[in-house]
Amino acid sequence: MSKTSGSSASGTTPKMKGDKVKVFYGEKQALQDVDLEIKPNEVTALIGPSGCGKSTFLRCLNRMNDVIDICRVEGKITLDNEDIYSSDLDPVQLRARVGMVFQKPNPFPKSIYDNIAYGPRIHGTASSKAEIDEIVETSLTKAGLWEEVKDRLMEPGTGLSGGQQQRLCIARAIAVNPEVILMDEPCSALDPIATAKIEELIDELRENFTIVIVTHSMQQAARVSQRTAFFHLGELVEVGDTEQIFTNPTDSRTQGYITGRFG
Amino acid sequence: MNSFFLLLVVIGLSVAGYAAGRARSVLAASGDVRILHSLPSYYGMFVALGCGLPAILLLALWLIIQPQIVEHMVMAGLDPSIMPQNADEYSLMLTDIRNLASGNAVSREASPAIMAAMERYQSLQSVGFWTMGAAVVCIALLGLVWARSQVSRSFRARNVVENIIRVLLIVCSMIAILTTVGIVLSLIFESLRFFARVPFFEFLFGIHWSPQTAIRAEQVGASGSFGAVPLFAGTMLITLIAMLVAGPIGLLSAIYMAEYANPKFRAIAKPMLEILAGIPTVVYGFFAALTVAPLIRGWGESIGLDVASESALAAGVVMGIMIIPFVSSLSDDVINSVPQSLRDGSYGLGATKSETIRHVIIPAALPGIVGAFLLAVSRAIGETMIVVMAAGLAANLTANPLEAVTTVTVQIVTLLVGDQEFDSAKTLAAFALGLVLFFVTLGLNVIALRVVRKYREKYD
Ligand SMILES: Nc1ncnc2c1ncn2[C@@H]1O[C@H](COP(=O)(O)OP(=O)(O)O)[C@@H](O)[C@H]1O
Ligand SMILES: [Mg+2]
Repeated sequence: MSKTSGSSASGTTPKMKGDKVKVFYGEKQALQDVDLEIKPNEVTALIGPSGCGKSTFLRCLNRMNDVIDICRVEGKITLDNEDIYSSDLDPVQLRARVGMVFQKPNPFPKSIYDNIAYGPRIHGTASSKAEIDEIVETSLTKAGLWEEVKDRLMEPGTGLSGGQQQRLCIARAIAVNPEVILMDEPCSALDPIATAKIEELIDELRENFTIVIVTHSMQQAARVSQRTAFFHLGELVEVGDTEQIFTNPTDSRTQGYITGRFG
Repeated sequence: MNSFFLLLVVIGLSVAGYAAGRARSVLAASGDVRILHSLPSYYGMFVALGCGLPAILLLALWLIIQPQIVEHMVMAGLDPSIMPQNADEYSLMLTDIRNLASGNAVSREASPAIMAAMERYQSLQSVGFWTMGAAVVCIALLGLVWARSQVSRSFRARNVVENIIRVLLIVCSMIAILTTVGIVLSLIFESLRFFARVPFFEFLFGIHWSPQTAIRAEQVGASGSFGAVPLFAGTMLITLIAMLVAGPIGLLSAIYMAEYANPKFRAIAKPMLEILAGIPTVVYGFFAALTVAPLIRGWGESIGLDVASESALAAGVVMGIMIIPFVSSLSDDVINSVPQSLRDGSYGLGATKSETIRHVIIPAALPGIVGAFLLAVSRAIGETMIVVMAAGLAANLTANPLEAVTTVTVQIVTLLVGDQEFDSAKTLAAFALGLVLFFVTLGLNVIALRVVRKYREKYD
């Protein structure tokens, strides 16, 4: 339950686990029987052609799909062996433990400082100004943004460049001190230099957090992840060590995708 | 047979011109319309306009000018014995002649000289009319023939038609703009006349309003003081009460509709709320006067308060209900235009719905919401009927919502109803009040629109 139990365990105990996960949007089924384990302190990449259900699966992991009226989730997903869809678990608390970074940077129209302080304030984890100041500094430092913005913390977050905004959003997620961070194509709206910075950051964050990243770039998956899961038409086709998936895939569809025959 | 019939004739000719122009263009193209510069319908339009436009212009001009010429001729040809001596007599006699001509009752016995003038008037009128008919039809036919003769393969009918249409549209918008300018100018000039009698600062800062001026010099009870502060205060008091009602209810219902209600409910509830804005204000007025005011009075008495039967509270509350849709509908729009990604970002951090609304959505939508409030305020300030019926006419300078107060708009109405000398200070005061009202609501609207526009830019 507590954070340490998950992250100190050996790589064999999964941090999160999906068991026969099916997702429906209204009548339409978007995911079929996905079984996937997310190992702690690793980066797991979800790859596959557009519309294959990567984002859908990712959003199941912190119940962001609850926000969509027509979406229905079946099967079992656990966080530290605890069913996250059980009625005892409040999705609001779950999302504090499983944070999310979105495709398009979405800083709130507030100051940089208030963007970071948002999570700690609503969760009441920090009360005094000094505590919040400290969280803001450490989160921005971990997100590699502190040096760039420390002199203008009170300026609006929306005034930063795209890459800075995305790192601000990562810092905002870190500030809540989650156990898992979900990222849905976090670099797709960024230029190559900003992308490189974020990839570097992801690699550093792995030390303290478990990360699941959706990406449409196979190079990115190869660069940042330790494990890779390949989705196709709502199915999880293959999952394994990144190296193995990219050099020696077992399924012909995986091979077809990574060699660029479709997707 | 009148000018309306003539107009129908011209329109009929234009329709015929359309058909003729179209047919001729098809003929000119020997059946293959692709070699024409424009589509056949443009040639038709061109001929129709060439036929109708000059004719209608002539008709309008004639109708404006003819009466003046006829009247002048009639009055000049009057029997010298009854020739009017001054301008008043002149216009009185003219009215008599006109009334006699159309068979209405007149103010005095018609003398033979007047009867003769009347007959002359009638005959001139009918000659004028027939001349006009002939001229208009001639022009229409000439226009038709000329325009039709222009039609050829290479004639650029489309460009000509587009230009004519553009000019027509410009003329229409000029009419709208010039009318506005005219109204504002007349407000300003009449107000200047008022300020020539009542000092500007006395009007703006005086605290005593009692606009009864003496019609006869020795008349009693006509103090004629024009300090408008009680009116401004009354207006502000009622507007404040109205906003206290409409602000929270409108904003909260907007939040409910935008964030909580399911789409089906919203599709029904939003138009229903907007219907509130379509109820005639006089209906709200008697609702306020007959239902709400007695209710408030009853409550007040049951807890030992002294409530006037016409109170600022009753008018303000009902006005608040009336402007709820202004607040809610606009706020709902701005809340809806806050991007979904901000909501996702907040939910993704573990915020609840109400936290997200309070800390992310409302701040992001705030400028738009402020704009909605300002528009509602300017609506409340300009509202008249409810206040006339429910808040009374007494110009009390008070902050007590249970007393009767009056507002700028109500005073404008009361200043102008009944028989008045047009250039008394009392009548002119209405223009000064109208001018103040105009500038205040104009200012509010400008600020509101700016605020809303600035907000829109942020998310586009
Ligand atoms: N909100 C939604 N409503 C209905 N269908 C959706 C919704 N979101 C995604 N889908 C459908 O689910 C499938 C998987 O989508 P998604 O998970 O976004 O794919 P990916 O992220 O792999 O491109 C697609 O066919 C998509 O059309
Ligand atoms: Mg996606």
